[in-house]
Amino acid sequence: MKVVAQRPESLTDAPFHYCPGCTHGIIHRLVAECLDELNLREQAIGICPVGCAVLAYDYFNCDMLEAAHGRAPAIATGIKRLLPDRLVFTYQGDGDLASIGMGEIVHASGRGENITVIFVNNAIYGMTGGQMAPTTLLGQVTTTSPYGRTAEQAGYPLKMAELLAQNQGAAYICRTAVNNPANVMRTKKAIKKAFQTQMQAKGFSMVEILSTCPTNWGLSPLEALEWLEKNMIPYYPLGEFKVS
Amino acid sequence: MAKGRVTFRTERCKACELCVRFCPQQILSLNKTMINPLGYHPIAVVREEACNGCGICALMCPDLVITVERE
Repeated sequence: MKVVAQRPESLTDAPFHYCPGCTHGIIHRLVAECLDELNLREQAIGICPVGCAVLAYDYFNCDMLEAAHGRAPAIATGIKRLLPDRLVFTYQGDGDLASIGMGEIVHASGRGENITVIFVNNAIYGMTGGQMAPTTLLGQVTTTSPYGRTAEQAGYPLKMAELLAQNQGAAYICRTAVNNPANVMRTKKAIKKAFQTQMQAKGFSMVEILSTCPTNWGLSPLEALEWLEKNMIPYYPLGEFKVS
Repeated sequence: MAKGRVTFRTERCKACELCVRFCPQQILSLNKTMINPLGYHPIAVVREEACNGCGICALMCPDLVITVERE
């Protein structure tokens, strides 16, 4: 018998601290598998966000750096400009990227920085206890929108992939989900394409990945996958928004 | 003889059941007679002979509990 699925080399042996059923674990594995398959582990430099994935530097078996909240694209810019032959990626959540880090991400894509952003969108602030994020859906109950988010009070959820795809500097922008095996495979393909876009020096690349937060959504892991499919995918359509 | 074989690092299982939900052969289930060091009932195979080694359980596992082998 030959092994067909096992821990990728680009992950350390540390156990993930994520809640049961949190799809961060799946996304970590996909990023690591792409690094393995493209043989880029020795060249890769990852930037961690502030948020649930703050400890990702313990999990990825490549060079990792920690950024201040939302500033991962700025740090990635500096590293990539100094070491242009490396693969530089950031791994950010929606609170990190779409809220406090909005300035950094918009200008990094506008400048066409040759970096890759893995953007995990679960429509809520996970680590701090389930507050409303810029990506929280209308009507969604969070600890800071206990009666559901309303457009009158909090405006509309931000569609980051569509927003950044308008920038001329963006080379590859895609949105995927990890709610079933087919979408997980599509996500892996998208991450690989984003890394290849960077290695071909085409410019800024981002993969927005719709993810679950069973704990803060107040659902079981399986119910959370269903909630993602029924509520998030209709508002955040999947697909490639820019390919060059 | 089964075509595939799945092995688990049960001490890391958090009982989310994503593998149970997506296994096309429906051969996985939580072992309610055991509790792992994290405090969960860990994953187990119910019908070993039916595993075809497709790897979908490992694809959906967020905690890299599962290793899959195939002939």
